[in-house]
Amino acid sequence: MPLALFVGRDFRLGFNGKGCCMSVDTATVARIASLARIKVSEGELEAMVPELNGILNWVEQLGEVNVEGVEPMTAVIPNTLRLRADVVNADPLTGGGIRDAVLANAPAAEHGFFGVPKVIE
Amino acid sequence: MTGLTDLGLIAIRDGVAKGEFTAVEVAQAFNAAVAEAQEALNAFIVTTPEAALAAAEKVDATRAAGKELGKLAGVPIGMKDLFATKGVQTSAASKILEGFKPQYESTVSQKLWDAGAGMLGKLNLDQFAMGSSNESSAFGPAISPWRRKGDTAALTPGGSSGGSSAAVAARLCPAATGTDTGGSIRQPAAFTGISGIKPTYGRCSRWGIVAFASSLDQAGPMAHDVADCALMLEAMAGFDPKDATSLDMPVPDWSALLNADLKGKKVGIPREYRIEGLNADVAKAWDDGIAWLKDAGAEVVDISLPHSKYALATYYIIAPAEASSNLARYDGVRYGLRDLPDGANLQDMYAATRAAGFGAEVKRRILIGTYVLSAGFYDAYYTQAQKVRTLISRDFEEAFKQCDVILAPTAPTPAFALGEKSNPLDLYLGDVFSVPASLAGLPAMSVPAGLSSDGLPLGLQIIGRPFDEQGVLNAGLAIEQRAQFSAKPEKWW
Repeated sequence: MPLALFVGRDFRLGFNGKGCCMSVDTATVARIASLARIKVSEGELEAMVPELNGILNWVEQLGEVNVEGVEPMTAVIPNTLRLRADVVNADPLTGGGIRDAVLANAPAAEHGFFGVPKVIE
Repeated sequence: MTGLTDLGLIAIRDGVAKGEFTAVEVAQAFNAAVAEAQEALNAFIVTTPEAALAAAEKVDATRAAGKELGKLAGVPIGMKDLFATKGVQTSAASKILEGFKPQYESTVSQKLWDAGAGMLGKLNLDQFAMGSSNESSAFGPAISPWRRKGDTAALTPGGSSGGSSAAVAARLCPAATGTDTGGSIRQPAAFTGISGIKPTYGRCSRWGIVAFASSLDQAGPMAHDVADCALMLEAMAGFDPKDATSLDMPVPDWSALLNADLKGKKVGIPREYRIEGLNADVAKAWDDGIAWLKDAGAEVVDISLPHSKYALATYYIIAPAEASSNLARYDGVRYGLRDLPDGANLQDMYAATRAAGFGAEVKRRILIGTYVLSAGFYDAYYTQAQKVRTLISRDFEEAFKQCDVILAPTAPTPAFALGEKSNPLDLYLGDVFSVPASLAGLPAMSVPAGLSSDGLPLGLQIIGRPFDEQGVLNAGLAIEQRAQFSAKPEKWW
């Protein structure tokens, strides 16, 4: 579980304590939107609640599948994880020393860095 | 003489090699077709006529110098706007990436340029490839060149690779790239009367393709016919150390080995796909396909894929979950849009940027994905879906003990009108036949089978074993030779 995201607060969303699941309400959708860092207006929230509930109610059919002893899929086609050679710039396309290219599309690049709003008061 | 824009990929490649016409003449003809159709069909987000010409000039010079020509020498193609193209806007059809000019080239597009292809432009798609109708594009939907008999209503070219399908069907390019996450190559191909193949997961490098759902995303070609798809896939596929899921296997000579003789082959017909109320035209096309494959020498066997009915719900948990993670990168800091309201702090900037930049369907999927991955729900939704995915994959493994390929419709209906499906769930249900093969990572292709009673194209889908693109292409060719599909949209644009 991605616990780190929720440290210090009860983020059990709409959990009803009886296993999966219940429908989401406006407050829950607002909380999900906040976790996803998407600003939504009151009007948008109202519209999203029935849409998301429609989708969530539909996917809940998976609960009826017997998955006892079944491992969750981790790789659709068996593959082995490779290690690349431990050298600098093994592939120049993914190597270093390309600061200007990295910054070329930044909305606000300053002094060779990404510019962001002040984060320290 | 047939116009140059009526020619397919291999015909163009061969014509250039023999000197029947020059690559520049070909590029000029397609550049003109693209420009003429752009307003009506909106197939491209960016056109790059100069890039197409430059690539063609290089091919003509190579030929003049007597040097060896590449596999796709002189063929101008359309590039789905999900592939990073150096110096050319790559938007994923989203406002959040408008103006983004990659500083590097995707592996697949680079391979195509290395093979001698040129770029006509960047093709329209559903925003971040999320959609089945092209209507989620921030640049307006691509429009199908096809219309229903006696009707001028604008139809969807399918999605997400709808710009690709519209452009190939309208003969604005002989071939185009597509990507397929839950059917995004096969369904648009079926809707527009062209061929398209999604190879085994890992055949084509995902490096430089804007990520949607990484365990499902796979690139593939869309073209006039099976042979053109086979050749183009050879140029696109191959091991890439920059993609951790890339298959380290040799790329077979699929086009040279094409063989429509299916003697000794078994074709499985999944009984669960005979859904209640299946469109009559689609059901007939399927029956025709069965008869054609028998005629090609194959034995037809009844098979069962018992977890098929759960594939869509599984997909609509896994894909949004992966999307919510992948799309976290769009934060207004490193590239693309930034919305910085007065007095906003960093967190406000993230939220404002993502609100302004993402379209409604993208937001919907990010929220669903965030929800199913959240504490208290992760196991109930995500882990459960991954377990069902294992069962769906096992269904195919069992089925392939009894058959070599599977035949099914590509989509449950022909193309629908833009605006006809306003409820997101209605749109999701259209992926019912394409999603299972995606969840199992299997090669699958769509080939044209005939026309509906409304005069719209219908596609048949062939699904193969992992790594058996050849078997899929061969069965596709057997259908193509018997379907004799020669219908083309009447030009109205």
